[in-house]
Amino acid sequence: MKTSSDERSGASEVLAEPPPSGANSVLASLLRLIGALAIPIVGFFVLWATFDFLRDAEANRFLIVGVAVVVGVGGVFFLYWGMNRLVELLPDRYREGVRPYIFVGPALVILTVFLIYPVINTILVSFKDSQGESFVGLDNFKFVFTDQSMLRAIRNTFGWIVIVPLFGVSIGLAFATLADRLRRGEAVAKSMIFLPMAISFAGASITWKLIYSFRPAGFGSNIGLLNGIMLGLGQDPVSWLDKHPWNNLFLMVIMVWMQTGFAMVVLSAAIKSIPDEIIEAARIDGASELQVFRRIMIPSILPTIAVVSTYMVINAMKVFDIVFVMGSPETRGTEVIAERMIDWFFISNNDGRGAAIAVVLFIAIIPVMIVNIRRFREEEAIR
Amino acid sequence: MSVAEPIPTEPAGKPPRSLATGDERSAGWFVRITILVVVIIWLIPTMGVLITSFRPETLVNSTGWWTVFANPFKAGQWTFENYSLALDAGGLGNAFLNSLAVSLPATVIPIAIAAFAAYAFSWMEFRGRYVMFIAVVALLVVPLQMALIPILRLYNNGGTLGNFIIFPDLDLVGTFLGVWLAHTAFGLPLAVYLLRNYIGSLPSSIIESAKIDGADHFTIFWRLIIPLSVPALAAFAIFQFLWVWNDLLVAYVFLGGTSENRVLTIALSNLVGSTGENWHLLTAAAFISMTLPLIVFFTLQKYFVRGLTAGAVKG
Repeated sequence: MKTSSDERSGASEVLAEPPPSGANSVLASLLRLIGALAIPIVGFFVLWATFDFLRDAEANRFLIVGVAVVVGVGGVFFLYWGMNRLVELLPDRYREGVRPYIFVGPALVILTVFLIYPVINTILVSFKDSQGESFVGLDNFKFVFTDQSMLRAIRNTFGWIVIVPLFGVSIGLAFATLADRLRRGEAVAKSMIFLPMAISFAGASITWKLIYSFRPAGFGSNIGLLNGIMLGLGQDPVSWLDKHPWNNLFLMVIMVWMQTGFAMVVLSAAIKSIPDEIIEAARIDGASELQVFRRIMIPSILPTIAVVSTYMVINAMKVFDIVFVMGSPETRGTEVIAERMIDWFFISNNDGRGAAIAVVLFIAIIPVMIVNIRRFREEEAIR
Repeated sequence: MSVAEPIPTEPAGKPPRSLATGDERSAGWFVRITILVVVIIWLIPTMGVLITSFRPETLVNSTGWWTVFANPFKAGQWTFENYSLALDAGGLGNAFLNSLAVSLPATVIPIAIAAFAAYAFSWMEFRGRYVMFIAVVALLVVPLQMALIPILRLYNNGGTLGNFIIFPDLDLVGTFLGVWLAHTAFGLPLAVYLLRNYIGSLPSSIIESAKIDGADHFTIFWRLIIPLSVPALAAFAIFQFLWVWNDLLVAYVFLGGTSENRVLTIALSNLVGSTGENWHLLTAAAFISMTLPLIVFFTLQKYFVRGLTAGAVKG
């Protein structure tokens, strides 16, 4: 925000006047200059006062939120408007040379400060000690690949990136293929599967905690759905989330539940784009439905399957919320890489180790991401 | 998937395949029953939360939610109390406001910044244009986990390079501005990429004729490009809004879990930790957090799908 500290506070009605002529021009230039100087100064003080106000815990929450929204949303527009005004003040020959940088400048500044600098910094810190002060060589990386809990996290994350895309894409594909044959209700059926996609991981975790809920004998009746079924079948209730290694699978189910809808919607679109003639021709030639599916549909939508899978792989690699909210990953053995990183950085206050885990995650993601972007570009090129 | 393309879910002007072919095998009983079963399985978790959130505490703790189906109209079986409890005692009302204060600007700011940049990358001539654009797209590979720690340090201590201050010590931790900026940065690469694809594909004749009429770039952008780009902007806006609304990590790191600052997702995860098995409260809270996304989902479904599909490349 320090980028020209928001020339948002009005102060420039003078500037909005039509181009002056004759004797007025000297006065107009002077006013323009004053306006140009006043904007950043007034803007700075208004901004300062606003943020002091936003920090004030005593003030009414509704008011704070209202002001925050107005300042945040309005501020960005005034930023560009003000900068453009400043450009108008420049002599003609510089004006069009400078203006593009006004347009791209804020994006570049934010990306440099918030993405490029952090990547370099994280890589540096990953070679430093817990306070991020002195260099410790490769110790942190040695830790990442030797610590028992970290190794479990890497193993579990590997499980996530195999199982979640596998089930998500399979179920999504099967559902899309079947729903394609419905005469009515296809859209409704599909939105029901897609619906969990709108929910936060935190909300979904609570939803599934209720399903896995377990109470030992003497601590009240079991109200979790799964244990309700167990009791109905005459079995003893099970503490699902403590059953290592199966508890990992139970957490993955949550992500499959959430993301199958995405796979289904995208694959469904791909299936519908296969020309009817091809499928009809195959049927006339006597191909069974299964053969049509395996020999014609699957090969035609293979690129889409690849895109959807890589998307789900990346999401699974970065999974954090589900494991975090479901609780006690370390005692239950359900650690994952992103969760370990937050744990080391914020709970154990070890910057070096947290950064090293982040770097490992980054390196693991790069190849998948490159494949993903390349596919995306190919798809764009076709259109 | 280009944001410029029509919605992928319902093919335009194409009747369902089964009707077109009059195929007897389509939508047989097997297909219908399978679909019904899968839909029911998918709905059960949400149903459980919804039903539990309207049951009184004692009943929630003594019987499973599915028992309501035995006689759904029994008096005293339903209550709204959990919701008022969650909103007040659970602090969900406050958290809802905070979520709004985070999500709205954190959606608008990146879109505005990205739209300006995308326009410049598409229609303005300047040195380094191509290199800059490639650099922005390359940043798609950075997972946000990687950026959290250094940004937090910048917020806490400022940043210097030698004697040169690259980031002033603004003490941004726990402020809305801090979260907005972080979300803006994480959303920007994708937003610039998608919007440039869209804005760059607009016919150049429109822009040329506006120039001949004497419009400068700012006017063209504001009066012409923005109105023409509404589909792409809406698709990305919905994706970004839901992403921010449902985010736990960024809010947790930069806004923190204090009772006045926390957003919905953090309030939820705190409730899980502190109240453990208070299901009547937890389910009401979970449903409160779902209301807005579900409204967005049902009202703006076509943009929603498009935005998410486009979001598939977000790092």
